[in-house]
Amino acid sequence: MTVALESVLEIHPQVAVRPETFGALAYHYGNRRLIFLKHPDVVTVVQALNDHPDVQSTLSACGVTQDRWPSFVAALSSLETSEVVRERQIAS
Amino acid sequence: MSAKSLVEEMKRGLDAPICLTWELTYACNLQCVHCLSSSGQRDERELSTAEAKKILDDLRDLQVFYINIGGGEPMVRRDFFELLEYSVANGIGVKFSTNGAFIDSEKAQRLAAMDYLDIQISLDGIDAATNDAVRGEGSYDMAIRAMENLKAANFGQFKISVVVTRHNVSQLDQFKALADHYGAQLRITRLRPAGRGADTWHELHPTNAQQREIYNWLLKHGENVLTGDSFFHLNALGESLPGLNMCGAGRVVCLIDPIGDVYACPFVIHDEFKAGNVRDEGGFGKVWKESDLFLSLREPQSAGACASCGAFDACQGGCMAAKFFTGLPLDGPDPECVGGDADEALAIISRGSEPKPSMDHSKPITLTRKKLSVSAAN
Repeated sequence: MTVALESVLEIHPQVAVRPETFGALAYHYGNRRLIFLKHPDVVTVVQALNDHPDVQSTLSACGVTQDRWPSFVAALSSLETSEVVRERQIAS
Repeated sequence: MSAKSLVEEMKRGLDAPICLTWELTYACNLQCVHCLSSSGQRDERELSTAEAKKILDDLRDLQVFYINIGGGEPMVRRDFFELLEYSVANGIGVKFSTNGAFIDSEKAQRLAAMDYLDIQISLDGIDAATNDAVRGEGSYDMAIRAMENLKAANFGQFKISVVVTRHNVSQLDQFKALADHYGAQLRITRLRPAGRGADTWHELHPTNAQQREIYNWLLKHGENVLTGDSFFHLNALGESLPGLNMCGAGRVVCLIDPIGDVYACPFVIHDEFKAGNVRDEGGFGKVWKESDLFLSLREPQSAGACASCGAFDACQGGCMAAKFFTGLPLDGPDPECVGGDADEALAIISRGSEPKPSMDHSKPITLTRKKLSVSAAN
């Protein structure tokens, strides 16, 4: 999956995020991988994903200016690859 | 943020450890000659079940993702499964190290039914002769039986954990094949001169030529083999091995021992590296965040005698524990410095004058230990 502004994402349910001064550590209980989130703003966005309809509205709500959107989309893509975030599943 | 500045951040310490080792008991059915914690007999001051659960509550609050449980032999504790289940139920994954003696088919099934659980079976030789010389008579069969039981119970991918010594470097390919046979993952770690290992290190640690062999082998297989990042001193040989190139002691890792003492890492059970005790007021969290020892380890460290060496950025001066227990200064080269920069200093340290571990829970001399000293003399 390619992450775009209109993507609908959520934090992977098997992932725990622990804030640190440099950003955060994320741990995936399924694949036992430790992932570094290297910017506090990325952490804020990741943690807000579930509260907004899509990536673009999350970025706006978190106060990320439009010129930085491409780099945030790239960061979310890499987090999607490492399964920190995933396409939002509709609760059944 | 670049990888390098991330390492700099980590050296300043994290709000909670990434990886915490917890030795549950000093009791052990084996008496390995390189045991980091000089285990054998239970200590009467060991933490009770209630105290252990209180630690797990603290670790949950600190958001510690997972813990490495060891010993001694952790499965000796009667509350072993109770603590495992409590930990996992609180969102703390568990990886535990065992010699496998107590993994019969019933226990294997019980373990296979649990989530968020990793098992490391220790094995230090690809055959009974190599393994049992270090880990004791019958320990090879014990480990293989445990692997068979885990496989039969469909546990999935367990780990085979090998301490690399002079006598098993040549077996790395065979260890990998054994792991593949069981659908397991191979983990190899560095021999440290800690605990009883301080007494046997000089005879068992790989030669410098073998260190190059390990390095080349890891370059080739490193992506699929775990190392606990323990071979970063080999990075001075060239391209960096995968993993964090730094000593995490007191910064991102630490050890809780069976009586609740907190040390900077599993390889430095010595008063000089003791930060506090989980029974102290404020518990583990206060020790991690406020102990003088840990705060000082998070300050920039001096490269000392290594400052003028071109390889310092690559090897970071190596392992603090290895230096300490071989009697070397902490701000100088690692005893296994691949450039040979510690050889001269090591040669003039008289054997027996090195710092000794502060505690010894070894059992009285056994046949196995006598046997090793005979074979080492041959």
